[in-house]
Amino acid sequence: MVCTNPNLHRLRRSMMFLNAQKPSLIKDPYIYKPDSIMLDLEDAVAENQKDAARYSLYQALKTVDYHGCERVVRINGLETTHWQEDIRVCVAGGADSIRISKTESAEDVKRVEAAIIAAEKEFHKENAQTLIMAAIESTKGIMHVYDICNASDRLFGVALSGGDYTKDLQTVISKSGVELMGARQQMVIAARATGKMCFDTVYTDLDDMEGFVESVKMIKAMGFDGKSIINPRQILPTHQVFTPTEKEIRYAEQVVTEIDTKKAQGIGVFTINGKMLDIAFYDGAKRTLALAKAAGVYKGDL
Amino acid sequence: MINKVGRDIPEEVLKATHKEVFQGTFAKQGTEYKTASHKSTVVVDPKHSKVVASIEEVLKKCGIKNGMTLGFHHHFREGDFVVNMVMKAVHDMGIRDITICASSLGKAHDPIVPYIEDGTITGIESSGVRGKIGEAISAGKLKKLAIMRSHGGRVRAIESGETHIDISFIGAPTCDDYGNCRAVGGKSDCGVLSYAMVDAQYADKVVAVTDTLVPFPNIPASISMVNVDYVVVVDAIGDPNKIATGAAKPTTDMRKLLMAKYTTEFLVHTPYYKDGFSYQTGAGGASLASTAILADYLRKDNIHIGLGLGGVTKAMCDLQDEGLVEKIVDCQDFDLGGIEGIKNHPDKHIEISTSEYADPFNKGSYVNKLDFVILASLEIDTHFNCNVVTGSDGVITGAQGGHPDTAAGAKCAIVIAPLLQGRIPAICTDVTTVTTPGETVDVVVTDYGIAINPKRQDLIEAMKGVDLPFYTIEELRDKAYAMVGKPDPVQFGDRVVGIIESRDGTVMDVVRQVKKYEFKD
Amino acid sequence: MELKKAAMAGTVESSDAQITVEPGTKGIELVIESSVIHQYGRQIKAVVLDTLKKLQVANAKVTVVDKGALDCTLKARVEGAVFRSINNDPDTPNPWEVL
Repeated sequence: MVCTNPNLHRLRRSMMFLNAQKPSLIKDPYIYKPDSIMLDLEDAVAENQKDAARYSLYQALKTVDYHGCERVVRINGLETTHWQEDIRVCVAGGADSIRISKTESAEDVKRVEAAIIAAEKEFHKENAQTLIMAAIESTKGIMHVYDICNASDRLFGVALSGGDYTKDLQTVISKSGVELMGARQQMVIAARATGKMCFDTVYTDLDDMEGFVESVKMIKAMGFDGKSIINPRQILPTHQVFTPTEKEIRYAEQVVTEIDTKKAQGIGVFTINGKMLDIAFYDGAKRTLALAKAAGVYKGDL
Repeated sequence: MINKVGRDIPEEVLKATHKEVFQGTFAKQGTEYKTASHKSTVVVDPKHSKVVASIEEVLKKCGIKNGMTLGFHHHFREGDFVVNMVMKAVHDMGIRDITICASSLGKAHDPIVPYIEDGTITGIESSGVRGKIGEAISAGKLKKLAIMRSHGGRVRAIESGETHIDISFIGAPTCDDYGNCRAVGGKSDCGVLSYAMVDAQYADKVVAVTDTLVPFPNIPASISMVNVDYVVVVDAIGDPNKIATGAAKPTTDMRKLLMAKYTTEFLVHTPYYKDGFSYQTGAGGASLASTAILADYLRKDNIHIGLGLGGVTKAMCDLQDEGLVEKIVDCQDFDLGGIEGIKNHPDKHIEISTSEYADPFNKGSYVNKLDFVILASLEIDTHFNCNVVTGSDGVITGAQGGHPDTAAGAKCAIVIAPLLQGRIPAICTDVTTVTTPGETVDVVVTDYGIAINPKRQDLIEAMKGVDLPFYTIEELRDKAYAMVGKPDPVQFGDRVVGIIESRDGTVMDVVRQVKKYEFKD
Repeated sequence: MELKKAAMAGTVESSDAQITVEPGTKGIELVIESSVIHQYGRQIKAVVLDTLKKLQVANAKVTVVDKGALDCTLKARVEGAVFRSINNDPDTPNPWEVL
């Protein structure tokens, strides 16, 4: 089933976690301008408050103007009794995307997709095209990440949940991130092989902004599309790392212009500043400009 | 009668206070008047000792009587012991009907509420009345009208004779046996004694209260011996931990940082941002953050602040040490850094009197030379009027302080407030109580955007092309109301319990007794 | 809908409201306490009554302890309390389109 949702590949440099149960937090988080907001029905909500959190979520989705931030909802795990009603409230409330926690197989994704489609039918929202993302939190999940990515057209990406994953690995989180290397590599490779997005795990030390920026630079270099955020302070630095610089934009413009112009003239050789340019760089340059445009720093028409 | 900010002042209030309604911030420009005189007492015999053993004894020597007005300063802020000590002694002597004329009163003075309730205290004149005193006044327990004044306004009231202080009590961190008072060198330093200076000059009797008697002469003196009748030594004049706190840690609150960023961005694009400008800011998180961001601009643009005014914190002193601020004039120290600053740089960080700072009736005060002031406010309305005194429940909870003074004097008065405080919109159609008139407020900065007073077309011009979120004040209010709903006005009783006095002594607004909310079906 | 037992939703944290419902017999008996009673007492009452009406609850004793909750939070807390009063299983499917 092809997904026609225009937001499938929207800008997702930052995804900020929010406790759906805390009214003071959900009323105007858009002021901090994250790309996505993740309203949590899972870990942040106590077991005996799962029902109350759903009403808060529903009313928030229906009433609060999030000014263009994507509204992602993290539903409870598929091993609980909560997830089906969670999906119903997400669809009824009009959430943009649903995040599956502890995804371990393509089957998990398909179960969620089926429940979403059923809910869309029940609430007469067949055109909603609610999107899906999968959180990978275990070694099994990492082993199956390629299949998970392929499991649904509605699935826009996968995110790493470093804390649980590291426990599953039977090691600890370190400053170097060496314990996450394998998972990160696997995820990026699988995501690119299937045309999906990938997001890195949270950075919990709020006092170490330098360390945070270093980690974001590293995961960007690895190929990640965005970072999970736990505090508004982390948003601006993240966007600064993920937004193309003036220099990168200029270069991308040059690449696209050169290749478009020469192709139109029937020439197959491209150069920039006298150096040979491989046509393979075209797509990357286009992506850079698209990212720059979405981030609001490029107003040209290439 | 309706005044210039559209508030209706009841005739009985005007009669009872012999005051006029507010007619404009600069209405009294050029007026001539006679200053007050006061009684003084001859001390010519060198064998005469000023040192008295106890508060009770000094009250007797001063001839304390029913109906007197006692003056106090609030340099000890929430660590003050003096007001409570003196009022307890007054009460225990059976004296009644006292008016307190303090530069401000805070939560530290909650213990005097029983004296309000039993009639020992029947009048209060203060910049603000936080805590239980505010609640008591709002509940109608004070017999006379409470009068709330700005810092400059208090000086005017005393100098003009409108308020006459019978006995002034000056808490002094150090004092010698002849009454020379200083604000440093003791156990509970406060840096300056600015608020007390007008009392020392105009009160009939002046009593220095200290916990650190030092050898004569205690100079340079903030309060001179020539104005002091008696010196009382007590165990403690205050709690040093609450008088001068450690410097506030820089805020990490994203909203405050956002507002600070907007404020500084705005400031540097005004025509007043040039080498040698004068600057004052409060001690709130957003204000301090503004100053920190401004410092980066100063370094980058090689511009210096010629004069820092305040309300001094470590932040300002550090900038002076770095060479970014040339001179500081100080009428209150908020933290230990401020006190250290005045101790260490007597040549360029100097103590001034509150009169020099903000008196609207002298021949020109420092606030008139301010380029920028950054203020906070509980409420701002679509006329740019500010309310810094009544809380969202109608109870008197804040203080005018130097708010109206600095707003009136500054070329660019910037008020920072988060758009919403919980469910309460800070930007509203009409403030609950007007303390600072809109004609003196130039810019309002919120986390949702900035509004420039339409009277300042010059500032609006200067901001053309500047990438900041500008809105009209009505648009900001509408944003707020859209999120939280349109608020109903606070329900008050009929009885007027206090007046907001304008800088020039006219009536800006009245405060009525609080009332339990009634659902109207 | 008939309430079956006493139930509560929400907290007394800032921006939240704690709402308690109990079965009643004399229509809606509503008690409201709020930190912003002057400014929003009337609106809080309207939202609570309106939400109960939508849920077709005609008889209940309702207590609201409000700390500046927005309308959406008040609605959510009323719904939370009412459904807790009616359902035994917190995962019972809700008629979302009605709310």
